[in-house]
Amino acid sequence: MKAVLSGNEAIARAAFEAGVTVSVAYPGTPSTEIMMNCGRYPEVNAQWSINEKVALEVAAGASIGGARTLCAMKHVGLNVAADPLFTMSYIGVNGGLVIITADDPEMHSSQNEQDNRHYARASKTPMLEPSSSAEALEFVKAAFTLSEEYDTPVLLRVTTRICHAQGVVELGERTERKLPEYKRDFEKNVMLPVNARKRHPLVEARVEKLRKAGRTSPLNRIEKGKDAKIGIVTSGVVYQYVKEVFPDAWVLKYGQSYPLNTDLAKSFAKKVEKLYVVEEGDPILENELKAAGITVHKGKAQTGLTGELSIDRVREAFGKRPKKGLTTDVEIPARPPALCAGCSHRGMFAALKAEGATVFGDIGCYTLAALPPLSAMDTCICMGASISAAQGMMKARRGESRRMACTIGDSTFMHSGITGLIDAVHNRSPFVTIILDNRVTAMTGHQNNPNTGKNLTGEPTAQLDLEKLVSACGIRKLDVVDPWNLSEIREVLEKHWEYDEPSVVISRRKCIEWARYREIPYSIDDDLCTGCMSCVRLGCPAIVFDKATRKSSIVEDMCVGCSLCSQVCRFDAIYRTDQEEEHRLVAKKVKAKRAARQAAARKKVAAKAKGAAKKSTSGKGGRG
Amino acid sequence: MINGITNVLVVGVGGQGIILAGEILAKVALNAGFDVKKSEVHGMAQRGGSVNSQVRYGEEVHSPVIAKGEVDILLAFEKLEALRWLPFCNKKTIAIVNSQQIHSLTSATGLQTYPANVEKELAKQFKRLYLVPARHIAEELGNVRVVNVILLGLMAKTLNFPEEAWIDALKKRLPPKVMDVNMKAFARGYSLA
Repeated sequence: MKAVLSGNEAIARAAFEAGVTVSVAYPGTPSTEIMMNCGRYPEVNAQWSINEKVALEVAAGASIGGARTLCAMKHVGLNVAADPLFTMSYIGVNGGLVIITADDPEMHSSQNEQDNRHYARASKTPMLEPSSSAEALEFVKAAFTLSEEYDTPVLLRVTTRICHAQGVVELGERTERKLPEYKRDFEKNVMLPVNARKRHPLVEARVEKLRKAGRTSPLNRIEKGKDAKIGIVTSGVVYQYVKEVFPDAWVLKYGQSYPLNTDLAKSFAKKVEKLYVVEEGDPILENELKAAGITVHKGKAQTGLTGELSIDRVREAFGKRPKKGLTTDVEIPARPPALCAGCSHRGMFAALKAEGATVFGDIGCYTLAALPPLSAMDTCICMGASISAAQGMMKARRGESRRMACTIGDSTFMHSGITGLIDAVHNRSPFVTIILDNRVTAMTGHQNNPNTGKNLTGEPTAQLDLEKLVSACGIRKLDVVDPWNLSEIREVLEKHWEYDEPSVVISRRKCIEWARYREIPYSIDDDLCTGCMSCVRLGCPAIVFDKATRKSSIVEDMCVGCSLCSQVCRFDAIYRTDQEEEHRLVAKKVKAKRAARQAAARKKVAAKAKGAAKKSTSGKGGRG
Repeated sequence: MINGITNVLVVGVGGQGIILAGEILAKVALNAGFDVKKSEVHGMAQRGGSVNSQVRYGEEVHSPVIAKGEVDILLAFEKLEALRWLPFCNKKTIAIVNSQQIHSLTSATGLQTYPANVEKELAKQFKRLYLVPARHIAEELGNVRVVNVILLGLMAKTLNFPEEAWIDALKKRLPPKVMDVNMKAFARGYSLA
């Protein structure tokens, strides 16, 4: 049966068909949907783990235990999981172990665009690179066979344009696999130096064996073209762009990009006049070919090191002009992503900004608070770094009085923030850790985590007690606030700034996109709005400022009634729509007061003008 | 059409149902026996940002992403987003545009200006332009969330697949409790072309 599947769906389907019985991941764009879809097949036993290192260790144990195991993560997740990866390469497998690394060239949703093909080389782990959904399904199955045949974990590298691109896939049946016997194996599974020294030569031999096998592997293929003038070496999704731009060229497509069989490229080079290497990211294929003595006529010098490739970029790189589309003189405003109307993160950042705090941030929806108009964040490095980096900042600038805070989501805190907090307590570093507890892993699409009290399949499980956990770390000052209440937050923060030990504030409210609750919406009274833009600076998508009239207004069907704008309005202009009558009374008083104040001001100005006139006659000239 | 491939670009603002529209089209094209590829970006961009879904179908499709100047049908759920993607369109592109205006955070906060002349510019750029008050129609139908299906209905009429193929695909994808209003929305869109 044929289906249109994304690369991520195809990988999950492949796990099902390959007889996988354990699958594990931590969510991260563009990899998240792999495990979400594994969850649709009860046989593959999908789970979210707390971070990628834990996920890969669970996977390692499952593989040692004999299960075919799939582990998935985004590219930066493999940095976290690098520790078990390098040693599992020595240990090898009992049940096949396939690790998916989902790279994000162009950084659609990431903090860097590292090329994880380097990890294959560094950890001596074979790597396969599919170029479509259909190949993703095929290659995952091939990866399990390779894994068991060569006693090695196998990396499968996909990129955003594989993960989130859909293509036609032929679905197969599941092949059940008998769980092999588990026997204690001291020399293979206990990586004491004495054993690891024996394993390392085996790993090197395995790499060479796999390199040789690449010569005839069906994963690598040469496609004869109509025109032998150009031969292109490529891998992954880039192959698809090459086929569109050079439909007549010869192509050598590497499916097994590590260990790379360069003999294949040597014989390919003999058949074509000029050899080009077209690859995204770093010049990995190019350097290997060059090291093997193959002349590369064009490569990275033309395609560049940054961003993702496309039909247009490949055209441009090789002197074929991209098609010209339509152009306009109209200036088009940018449409960056924004925190949702009613987002539980907004209030905390508005308060931190008002408090003039230095704020070290982390990875999650709340990183959007770094963008204007909130502009309330100093740093964003990697998962968990907010707490540890805040400690470093305090050490670097000790002696200064500083309102130092770090903000971290509940899922990120559990991922790798908790270690930083224990470290801060241990090293007695006085700053405020703010846990933005929205009860769910929000940015990647609302995955369950220990804080939701439900696991991947929605089954109830123990709910983490953040307060107890934080206390057990040695935190002696802890407060819980509602991020929809600005004065409460500021009152609490004021006390925490004074405290000379590390302290914690839990900002707790359910993610509005996930829990989908609504309160009564608010409205703005045109007569009272002075155009001060305090509400606009909250960065709420429901608030629109009209430059011509200099008035704010609220888009009623977007407003969820968080009330933050009414809390920051100093002119009583914002009211809850069910309190219009009460508002009218207030408005009347405000207007009367305002009129009186204006009258008084006019009087003062007049008096001043009189005085100034006198002064100027005495010869002391002012400026204009 | 270039090399027998039809390129459809669906654009709009995160949360408008862009991904669903692309999904339905892909399914219909597959059922008609075409090779199909579709591409989109998830994650952070979906939080109120500019979102797109690209669908390509034909005998054999390689790239999941459309090249500049090669869009055959532009389906825009918001009019400014239609302008944003002009470089991917050409003079022959059929543009189906929701006349709704949704402020971006930059235009809502006064950092940038939402241009006043979007509709005029669209009329100048496209020979075949359907400017549809889909939001008003959705309100009339009693559910503002069916904007995407109204526009999908209009697009369906401009493509060569039987009407039932679309209805089948929608029925398989949508939850039963909103089926009626979505069927009405599709029919309304279909009648607009």
